[in-house]
Amino acid sequence: MTLLPLAWASLWNRRGTAALVVLSIAMSVALLLSVEKLRRDARSSFANTVSGTDLVIGARSGAIPLLLYSVFRIGSATNNITIDSYERIRARDEVAWTIPLSLGDSHRGYRVLGTDQNYFEHFRHGNDQALRLAQGQRFDDLFDAVLGSEVAAALDYRLDDPIIVSHGTGSVGLMNHDDQPFRVAGILAPTGTPVDRTVHVSLRGIEAMHVDWRSGAPIPGQRTPADTLRERELAPRAVTALLVGLKQRRDVFRVQRAVNEDRAEPLLAVLPGVALQELWNLVGLAARALLIVSVCVVLVGIVNLVSVLGAGLGERRREIAILRACGARAGNIFSLLTLEAGVLALLGILAGLLAHWLAVLVGGPLLQTRFGLVLAPSLPTGSDALLLLAIFAAALLTGALPAWRAYRHSLADGMTVRL
Amino acid sequence: MNEAAAISLSSVRFRWPGQRDDTLDIEQLTVRPGERLFVRGPSGSGKTTLLSLIGGVIEPHAGQVSVDGVALDTLRGGARDTFRADRIGFVFQLFNLLPFLGLIDNVLLPCRFSAVRRERAEQLGGSAQAEAQRLLEALKLPVAAQGSRSVTRLSVGQQQRVAVARALIGRPPVIVADEPTSALDAEARDDFLALLFDEVASMGSTLLFVSHDAALAERFDRSVDLQTLNRASALPDAGDMT
Repeated sequence: MTLLPLAWASLWNRRGTAALVVLSIAMSVALLLSVEKLRRDARSSFANTVSGTDLVIGARSGAIPLLLYSVFRIGSATNNITIDSYERIRARDEVAWTIPLSLGDSHRGYRVLGTDQNYFEHFRHGNDQALRLAQGQRFDDLFDAVLGSEVAAALDYRLDDPIIVSHGTGSVGLMNHDDQPFRVAGILAPTGTPVDRTVHVSLRGIEAMHVDWRSGAPIPGQRTPADTLRERELAPRAVTALLVGLKQRRDVFRVQRAVNEDRAEPLLAVLPGVALQELWNLVGLAARALLIVSVCVVLVGIVNLVSVLGAGLGERRREIAILRACGARAGNIFSLLTLEAGVLALLGILAGLLAHWLAVLVGGPLLQTRFGLVLAPSLPTGSDALLLLAIFAAALLTGALPAWRAYRHSLADGMTVRL
Repeated sequence: MNEAAAISLSSVRFRWPGQRDDTLDIEQLTVRPGERLFVRGPSGSGKTTLLSLIGGVIEPHAGQVSVDGVALDTLRGGARDTFRADRIGFVFQLFNLLPFLGLIDNVLLPCRFSAVRRERAEQLGGSAQAEAQRLLEALKLPVAAQGSRSVTRLSVGQQQRVAVARALIGRPPVIVADEPTSALDAEARDDFLALLFDEVASMGSTLLFVSHDAALAERFDRSVDLQTLNRASALPDAGDMT
């Protein structure tokens, strides 16, 4: 391999231009890898939002809206499920457990979720991971609240801090339930799911907040003391949605049909996996568009490589003639130029990989706190490696164009440059 | 055809692509081994074409070119390149050196492409590096004094001497010089020629020296005029090769 040192020395001699080419390839490679990783991690973080749940049930609307408000806590339900229907579903033989979800209140922009102990018992996310308390304990008292990790971190809450819940789900101009302050009983460990952005209270707690309210506004002059409320039964009249686990997965379609065809109340049961896939098809479109754009950026990088190599060719005809006179074959000239393209592409790819890792390392935590998107630094996957290989091959292939021109020149010029 | 000739051309005709007339048409040219031949030729007389034919970089359309007793038309592409690397050292008019290589590496360039010359350089100097150093010193270019300076900072006369060292390394039987002195002033030219003759003589190589400057001819064993030799150069459209 006598050509590699020559190619290297020649590139080093033009290191200013070469560095720019490497930079442009590195940037495009880093962009492509990052977009690809973002897409992949967003997808898995998306698919991992809920697991172990066989059915999600809510008032009849569409699968995507139901998933959005029940699992992602985005938007609001058009209707509730009556407590009768809830009891009926819970009593079915096939049903192992149910998690009631009662939504509609918020705390400083974070959703408040009324649920019961089953939530801590049966809710799973990611790869069948249960919720874990980082501090404190589950709610026990009527006015206990368990915070998602992000809520606690963003609002700087500690155990036993009082919190006041608002009616409605915005953050401004809302009626505060300041007559009934809750207390932080526990803080959950981070999950990378919407759970992190949720305030959890008991179903009875939700009812207690609304005892002195009618039609969405407090009844003037009426304030029921907290201890009196604790003694009341406070049975919920409705819930917003249900997460259902079955004893045997094969019953899932039977239960789904039974719920969807319920004559007492118009309900909708969806399989979360299917609905998530449907939702991703919608969201993923943007991610795919991003990927296409970044592939184009890589192509621009490669075109840049070729144009720089090609533009330098005129000045290098003398150099090529000297090499020919010293015994280099025309084929050697071709290899030399291709080798240069290869070296530049390889350096660009390596630098791009480094930049990508750096971006993930620095940007990952930022994305997690801002968007709840978990980006873990990871080795390039097989598809990444394939992508990089494709970039390298494309660079070599297009690098062969100026190399071919140089080859033709060297045949036509002989050992001296004819200008 | 003389088998013992260092260089021999017989009935050679060549035309560059896209031209209507022959650039070169030589009935007979023979250079004996060890001979120093001066070829006088102004611009357009077909010098470059002649040298490219001898180097085997281009092939004649008719006739035969032999170098060091080997007919070039018996060799195919790659083998001709290797043959050139093994047997011929070239010195050009200007810009002989690769700017991105150091002094020694420039001299060693033919050794990258020719195993024969690398081995011979090792035999002569102990190592190829030492031989390159010895040649440079013999040509009054002490490597130590130059240090690791870029070759582009050498004077033109110094650059031409580096080119001679490169042509001579590994003792190729034939040295071809194409106007190597035309960029030098009279004093530098005389120094250069003296050093070139000394080293070519000590290597026992044959020297083919092409120049437009007829004043140099008397220093050589023999001189020929390319314009009379090349029957094509009398034609009006002979091309404008330098």
